[in-house]
Amino acid sequence: MRIGVYVCHCGGNISEVVDINKVVEAAKLEGDVVLVKDNSHLCSNDGQTLMLNDIKEYKLDKVVVSACSPQFQGLTFMRVMETAGLNPYVLEMANIREQCSWAHYNFPKEATDKAIDLTKIAISKVRLDTPLDSKKMPIGKRVLVVGAGIAGIQASLDLGDAGFKVYLVEKEPSIGGHMAQLSKTFPTEDCSACILSPKMSDVPANKNIELMTYSQVESITGYLGNYEVTVNKRPTYVDPVKCTACGDCVPVCPIDVPDEYNEGLSLRKAIYITSDIAVPHSYVLDTDHCLGLFPLACSKCRDACEADAINYDLYPEKVKFTVDTIIIATGFDIFDAKKKPMFGFGKFENVYNALEMERIIGCEAEGKKLAEVGKKIALIQCVGSRDEQINREYCSRVCCMYATKLAQLMKRSDPKKDISIFYTDMRTYGKGFEEYYKRAQKSGVKYIRGRVAEIEENPDTKKLKLKVEDTLSRSFIESEFDTVVLSVGLEPNKGTETIRDILRISKSSDGFLQEAHPKFRPVDTLIEGVFLAGTVQGPKDIPDAVAQASAAAARAIRLMNQGEYEAEPITAWVDEDICAGCGICVGICPYDAITSEEQSDGTRLAVVNEILCKGCGSCSGACPTGASQQKWFDITQLRAMLEAAL
Amino acid sequence: MGKPKVAFYWCASCGGCEEAVVDLAEDILTVVDAVDIVFWPVAMDFKKKDVQAMDDGAIAVSFINGAVRTDEQVEMVELLRKKSGLVVAFGACAHIGGIPGLANFSNSKEILNTLYRDLDTVDNKEGVIPQTRTKVKSGEVTLPRFHNTVKTLDQVIDVDYYLPGCAPPPDLIMGAINAILKGELPPKGSVLAPEKSLCDSCRLNKTKPEKLTMKEIKRPHEIKIDPDLCFLAQGLICLGPATRSGCGERCINANMPCRGCFGPVGNVVDHGAKILSSIASILGMENEEAVTEEEVDILLDGIVDPGGLFYMYSLPSSLLKRKKSD
Amino acid sequence: MKKDPKIIVFCCNWCSYAGADNAGVAKVQIKPHFRIIRTMCSSRIDPELIIEAFKKGAWGVLVLGCHPGDCHYKNGNYKTLRKVKLLKRMLAQFGIEDDRLRLDWVSSNEGEKFGKVVNKMIDDIEKLGPLDLSYAETEVE
Repeated sequence: MRIGVYVCHCGGNISEVVDINKVVEAAKLEGDVVLVKDNSHLCSNDGQTLMLNDIKEYKLDKVVVSACSPQFQGLTFMRVMETAGLNPYVLEMANIREQCSWAHYNFPKEATDKAIDLTKIAISKVRLDTPLDSKKMPIGKRVLVVGAGIAGIQASLDLGDAGFKVYLVEKEPSIGGHMAQLSKTFPTEDCSACILSPKMSDVPANKNIELMTYSQVESITGYLGNYEVTVNKRPTYVDPVKCTACGDCVPVCPIDVPDEYNEGLSLRKAIYITSDIAVPHSYVLDTDHCLGLFPLACSKCRDACEADAINYDLYPEKVKFTVDTIIIATGFDIFDAKKKPMFGFGKFENVYNALEMERIIGCEAEGKKLAEVGKKIALIQCVGSRDEQINREYCSRVCCMYATKLAQLMKRSDPKKDISIFYTDMRTYGKGFEEYYKRAQKSGVKYIRGRVAEIEENPDTKKLKLKVEDTLSRSFIESEFDTVVLSVGLEPNKGTETIRDILRISKSSDGFLQEAHPKFRPVDTLIEGVFLAGTVQGPKDIPDAVAQASAAAARAIRLMNQGEYEAEPITAWVDEDICAGCGICVGICPYDAITSEEQSDGTRLAVVNEILCKGCGSCSGACPTGASQQKWFDITQLRAMLEAAL
Repeated sequence: MGKPKVAFYWCASCGGCEEAVVDLAEDILTVVDAVDIVFWPVAMDFKKKDVQAMDDGAIAVSFINGAVRTDEQVEMVELLRKKSGLVVAFGACAHIGGIPGLANFSNSKEILNTLYRDLDTVDNKEGVIPQTRTKVKSGEVTLPRFHNTVKTLDQVIDVDYYLPGCAPPPDLIMGAINAILKGELPPKGSVLAPEKSLCDSCRLNKTKPEKLTMKEIKRPHEIKIDPDLCFLAQGLICLGPATRSGCGERCINANMPCRGCFGPVGNVVDHGAKILSSIASILGMENEEAVTEEEVDILLDGIVDPGGLFYMYSLPSSLLKRKKSD
Repeated sequence: MKKDPKIIVFCCNWCSYAGADNAGVAKVQIKPHFRIIRTMCSSRIDPELIIEAFKKGAWGVLVLGCHPGDCHYKNGNYKTLRKVKLLKRMLAQFGIEDDRLRLDWVSSNEGEKFGKVVNKMIDDIEKLGPLDLSYAETEVE
């Protein structure tokens, strides 16, 4: 055995704390180590070339890299191994940056001791490493996209255009998500519906996209290249082919329900179409509110339908299909302002949340009219954002700009409107944001730095008194407004929890789904072939959501386009000479990858399906005899590492 | 050349292993024909001095049963080691410590005080505790020192082979004797029993459900045991999955779960820790996401004495060997 | 001479090891007397290995997994929870102090927490001192 050990300075990141020479000298004393070198940047081209040449020149058959975390540059060095003709799994990394020089920069001596130990641990493991082979697995070109807001739409269109089969699942009757509700978009003030609706129509027009609205993912099993999906499709009771969208069914319906699309500011019927731009453009019969799906209860809509498009005799349908990759784009919910009772949302008539104001501005014809909201208007920022009291430390990123936009739009409708924005900090980080903010200030929108403590309603006039400290002028303001708009933050969509449970995706501390790496894998998850698009990963504006959706599509295409991928080589295996077929591992395996199989002599044996196995090692940890072992984490290796560590 | 010389000796044991030799029934005659028994305190009148008089290595094989915890036992097994070509640790106690090994959860002081002073049935007003040396009128009498820790045979002397079991079953004993007589022995240090665990030969293995889980722990006296269903599936802790087979499932066939007398298999170094891992993994596994930590504690309360159960036979051979002395 | 404590920290690849890296990246200062052994999932760790760590000289063992519900492999951490809890009960029978074995959950973004948990473990273990298991090898009356 000929082990080469490389100790990296990381351009001072390591060498400023850890005494590299001591690590080098200690590694030289280890058995089987024939070469020890240090280098300022091992991951650089020069460093990699050095390793490549050494492997050939010194006939190294195993390598230890003492540098950063294997989760950071592990893949880089594994590729070097492959280029050098060595198996990538006879490489070990000792993490002497994150785990030594960074975590212990106040203890240079101890950090050096630890770096030596970690290098020894890696050497002791690499000695027992054996080459692992990755199986080539076939992969097709089918993608499940969950959620059809702008992110889901964008990802689906990109994939569909690239020739990939897309199953787009949306729980609402129409696609479009929150963007379809917005008046205009900041900072360009494009009409939201006008720019969105062509994209929405592109979805059913794309022959590669199979759209399932009013549907929810019920279960997903399997693995990259073979995810089996079950979708629960609710019937709309209106045949979209026959329906001419004439609307004759609507006036006859006796039921009034708050209209979700209009944030409850207007009413809809139990049979309805979500909006003018709804896709699919067809009516839906809402059974949660309908009097009953049988003629005795009420059959007014069916009687009124000349096209005979309404059929009560329909049931939820389970649709099953298989995909290769998955994109989650389940979006956000707005913060429920009732959780901040001092603002009186839901109690005071003239307190609105920002999405309601979007509807008031965007949809003057229905519900509340913009002209009716009065002259003096306040917008309160950071409602449900940057608020540790309610466990929401994060900034929702969009509120500063949408408040500016709402203020601009209101001002434009009536320049006499007196509009104040009470903010914590103005965050104008995006392209054109700062300019937009400046324009709003020039147009007369007042920006006051201060967090509103309380709102009081005058019971007679319904006017609202705000109490707030202006933290710039250090003055206390008490002022009366006609209308208050709460700039509510974004929070994870409730529907996300279901898909998260099914796929076991991690959450970050803010509750949004966690990306695989904050810098280099921002749309990947730690689950192979599952990607994130849009606000499901964290608050973001429309261009960011669209960019991320296209990125997720590209990441999915990257996996699928080759027609095959390399399966996880770290799997479990069973020593048949020891295994008695007790079956304990069979039930423990989270992927049903182990079966207990009867042998010709009547005894049993655990058999691992290496394709299904994801290599967690639960079976090895529970095996009562040590017959079940995990490749690359064999018990002899774990013991050797402990020995070297202590 | 005479017949090979054989010795039997017992240390800390119950006598069951001696009984096992007698249980060979008519096969004992074959043995007696083939070998010359030169030392067997339980059955034959030879003395220590007879062994001392032999040449080193004169005894072909010594079968020693019982764990070791007194000076006398140490002296005798060291003597037999010197005089024997082969030493076979005979039975669970010599092999892995056995039931006497459970005393390692206590210590010599506690045991002597309890036995000679504190028990309700003891009549010992002066509180006399056995001493290694006691002056009496006629001089001084001695007792072997009672050690603090019970040891396996191989923790005291070099052992060539192990015959597991409480007690070793006749077929394994005969197999071992025949192998010795024919000189067809496996590598030194081998356990003369199958390499797989009990489930391999257990007739109940095929009755396991596809996903083996334990909803809660039951103890054998708490339920009416179904003799035709894997005990684990009934909530009974059975050490079979972790324990070497070869016993003929004597306990299972008597409707009792395995207690581990054959010791571990494979590369397992700690029998008890291994089965603990298996049991903890499958206990409450169904819907485990919904089980709170408090509920886990309640489930684990079902295992009243984990150390005593998981190390019922193997405590002295475990990694920790004994309770920490205060 | 006062000896430095030796703590073995078993980390799973996806949450707690990434959390340890996160601590490093954030320059969270941690007492250096611990060594991480990385496995893919905490459920790979079995009680035998934990006892071996003690046997080889560890003063304490810390097992860190993903938070309940966050296991990269769906449910490995629940098995870890039961294994460690049961092992702690058994170690008590051996007279081994409860603080010497600890289980906690650290997610990949919880560098701060990783530092806190490890520092607390080291502090508590320093008070206990080394785990001397030589009594089982030598004859003490």
